[in-house]
Amino acid sequence: MAKYNLKINGKIRPVDLDPSTPILWVLRDHLNMPGTKFGCGMAQCGACTIHLNGQAVRSCVLPVSAIGKQEITTIEGISANGDHPVQKAWLEHDVAQCGYCQSGQIMSAVALLKTMAAANRPNPSDADIDAAMSGNICRCGTYLRIKEAIKSAAGPLTETSDRPNGGTKK
Amino acid sequence: MKNQDNSHSPIGRQGAGFNRRSFLKSSALAGGGMMLSFSWFSTAKAAEKMQVLNLPEQWSELTGYIKITPDNVIKILCPNPEFGQNVMTSLPMIIAEELDADWKNVVVEIGPHDNVKLGPQFTGGSNSVRSYWKPLRNAGASARQMLIEAAAQTWGVPAGEITTKAGVLAHSSGKSAKYGEMAAKAAGVTVPKDVKLKTPKDFSVVRKSKKNVEGQKIVTGKPLFGMDYRADGMLIAMIQHPPAFGMRLKSFDATAAQKMPGIKEVFSFKLYDDGFEQGGFDTRTFNELIAVVGTTTWEVMNARKKLIVQWEPTGDLKETISGRGGKREVTVPGRLETTGSQFEMMAEHAKKPAQQLRKDGDPETAFKNAAQIIERTYNAPFLAHNCMEPMNFFAHVTEDKAVVAGPLQAPGLVEPTLSKLLNLPADKIEIQMTRMGGGFGRRAYGSYVYEAARISQKVKAPIKLMYTREDDMTYGIYRPMYTATYRAALDANKNLIGFHVKGGGIPENPVHANRFPAGAVDNYLAEGWEIPSNVTIGAFRAPRSNFNAAAEQSFLDEVAEAMGKDPIQLRLELLKKAKENPVGKNNDYDANRYIGVLELLKEKSGWGKPENAGKKRGVAAYFCHASYAGHVVDMVMRDGQPYVESVTSAIDCGVVVNPDAARNMVQGAVVDGIGQSFYGALTHKDGAAEQNNFHNYRMIRHNEAPKKIEVHFVENDIDPTGLGEPPFPPVFGAVANALFKTTGKRYYNQPFGKDITIPKS
Repeated sequence: MAKYNLKINGKIRPVDLDPSTPILWVLRDHLNMPGTKFGCGMAQCGACTIHLNGQAVRSCVLPVSAIGKQEITTIEGISANGDHPVQKAWLEHDVAQCGYCQSGQIMSAVALLKTMAAANRPNPSDADIDAAMSGNICRCGTYLRIKEAIKSAAGPLTETSDRPNGGTKK
Repeated sequence: MKNQDNSHSPIGRQGAGFNRRSFLKSSALAGGGMMLSFSWFSTAKAAEKMQVLNLPEQWSELTGYIKITPDNVIKILCPNPEFGQNVMTSLPMIIAEELDADWKNVVVEIGPHDNVKLGPQFTGGSNSVRSYWKPLRNAGASARQMLIEAAAQTWGVPAGEITTKAGVLAHSSGKSAKYGEMAAKAAGVTVPKDVKLKTPKDFSVVRKSKKNVEGQKIVTGKPLFGMDYRADGMLIAMIQHPPAFGMRLKSFDATAAQKMPGIKEVFSFKLYDDGFEQGGFDTRTFNELIAVVGTTTWEVMNARKKLIVQWEPTGDLKETISGRGGKREVTVPGRLETTGSQFEMMAEHAKKPAQQLRKDGDPETAFKNAAQIIERTYNAPFLAHNCMEPMNFFAHVTEDKAVVAGPLQAPGLVEPTLSKLLNLPADKIEIQMTRMGGGFGRRAYGSYVYEAARISQKVKAPIKLMYTREDDMTYGIYRPMYTATYRAALDANKNLIGFHVKGGGIPENPVHANRFPAGAVDNYLAEGWEIPSNVTIGAFRAPRSNFNAAAEQSFLDEVAEAMGKDPIQLRLELLKKAKENPVGKNNDYDANRYIGVLELLKEKSGWGKPENAGKKRGVAAYFCHASYAGHVVDMVMRDGQPYVESVTSAIDCGVVVNPDAARNMVQGAVVDGIGQSFYGALTHKDGAAEQNNFHNYRMIRHNEAPKKIEVHFVENDIDPTGLGEPPFPPVFGAVANALFKTTGKRYYNQPFGKDITIPKS
């Protein structure tokens, strides 16, 4: 067992557990944050995607001991009121069917758009989306709507504080 | 009966004290307002229900709930479990339509499990909307009538002069009231015996797209799924199942596992006791399992790895099955199966005489006199459902009651078995239905619920049983393996004079003998056979159809080619015959609706138009679950590989309740079909599944999905027919036919992706 002070969604969350415990289970079992989903346990499906310092990572294979001072963001933390432009786009396009993979899809999409904005190329192409999103399986097959939602969120996102380096709207 | 698909109809509890007396009750809510419980059959005939679900008559006592509060909130309970087909939105829309409710004021909750009040509550067989359509309309219309009566009494005007719109009652005198204001009084009104339902042209909620009522919760990661379920003092449980079908537990040493941190108990248990009569949906993949129970998931996962287990072959087993065909003893063979030999076994079996399922005319003579015979054999492997949310269930079993909660398609089928296993009366068993992270048929088989209940009973604590992905994928309950040989006889003028299908599978025969082209060919023969196996199988999105459509629809493509006909034209000509001069009896399909879908598909895809001449296109259409669906698939080569670039889909499912959500489901079915046909396969070596996670079981991903899927519905006023399944099967055939156009080669064996040969350019 070991003690960690994890920074999750802007708050310090102390935990005391086995250092090999993946962040997925720290979130789900220890901190009662079930938004991050278990799908495969081997970084193959993306359902457990979170951000580590803003980068999309698979939390099911990321041991708590590897976090250090890096900041974790989960689906519960990307917006205060569930109104992140990506979340809004997901609702506007009525993307979800079963919905189980969508936390992970949204986390990958948010990271993609941040990266694109930082590179001053805020509107991702189909190829950009395929490259960033193909690690996230949707068993219901909502891929087209996810792509549409990402494209429609790309504009608004560049006008929010999420824009780290001043990307411009097309 | 026409238009039914009973291949996996549930046989529920019979004689469980239900009666057929219709009733309609209303009562006042504490704090004012009304609560209405409805018979859903005061206008709909029970027989119509039977036709859809093939249920025993005792199921016909069905009621539902609407609650209206004084502050005008209308709460509607959704009877059916939600697994992504969007019933939590579409079923309440049906009530809201006839109630004339303002959708903005409607709040939806999933109902409790209560087959008496809420009907069959079976999510599967594309049944939800079609079986609840009339009962829910009747419920909404009755509530509206009672609100009108309350207003009439209050205002002293004739009820017939009161109109309703968007949750407001109005009279020409200028008087008006919101539903909430009249709700308490309406609760005391005598429930109307007969209510008039709207004509479809007056629909204002139905046919207008509504967003998923749980959308906000989904995008913010709220706990909705079984995996997210928590209870005070809840422990985590996992099972260790044998590594192969045909193996069982011999002995185990749990010493090391038990010493691991957080571990409470490690023990073996039997799913069913010896001689237990399994219901039709009670699967017995592995009857003896080891349970590891501890505090947290990671601790239990790690402890399970420390188990030292000896396994042994089961040998042949006897099982007693009741339900779905009556009580019978079955022998489950003990052999350890390997995929290559499974296919050889099927090929060998296919040569033997089979059961005749249908015969019209004189097929033997037709084939003897044929100028040309086309014969092709199609094969398909087992498929794993691979729901994104692995199987899991919460259970808290005490001496006098059981509470279970989680993702389940068929609570009504699980309850009687739980009752027997736990020796508790049904009314002491509470089943709570969570949102399901996918189902696809897999969660109609509740063995994981029984496992959870057994474990909770043993450890005397609330537990959540969780499968890992590996547990889930290697546990069985797969789509069966299938094969079918199709033969077509052509005369010297290239007329189709005979058609023969002989299909079989492990362990299920796929053939739907009364479907197209039965009814359209004078000399027709359908035969089927089965090979028993210890690999467990279950319904998989459009059972049997998902293979037949692949085989039959690519066979018809080849027959059209041999006849020198356009593939859509051939189908239309055959359907014209089936419509005007049908062959034989009991043709399942309505040729008119089938023709309508093909014509819509032809128009919307620009089939045969000069501008599409250069496209690599494949077409297929199929009938199942009382609906009609067809696709035109356009394929392209990208980086040396074939991809489906765009798809045009046409569907006739009658009235489309929630159009945008319906389009979403069809698009999903198309993506699913492309993925399964290219990549899907669960193979075995010596009884063990060779795939156990997504690194070796390939699923379709973003970059492999089409860029465009256009969905078109036939517009008509026919009561809704199925939608979750019908668009799925024809995708396989359309993909196979497009692959032929793209690669010059026919694909007979699924998954197509494993032996795609790229033409030299």
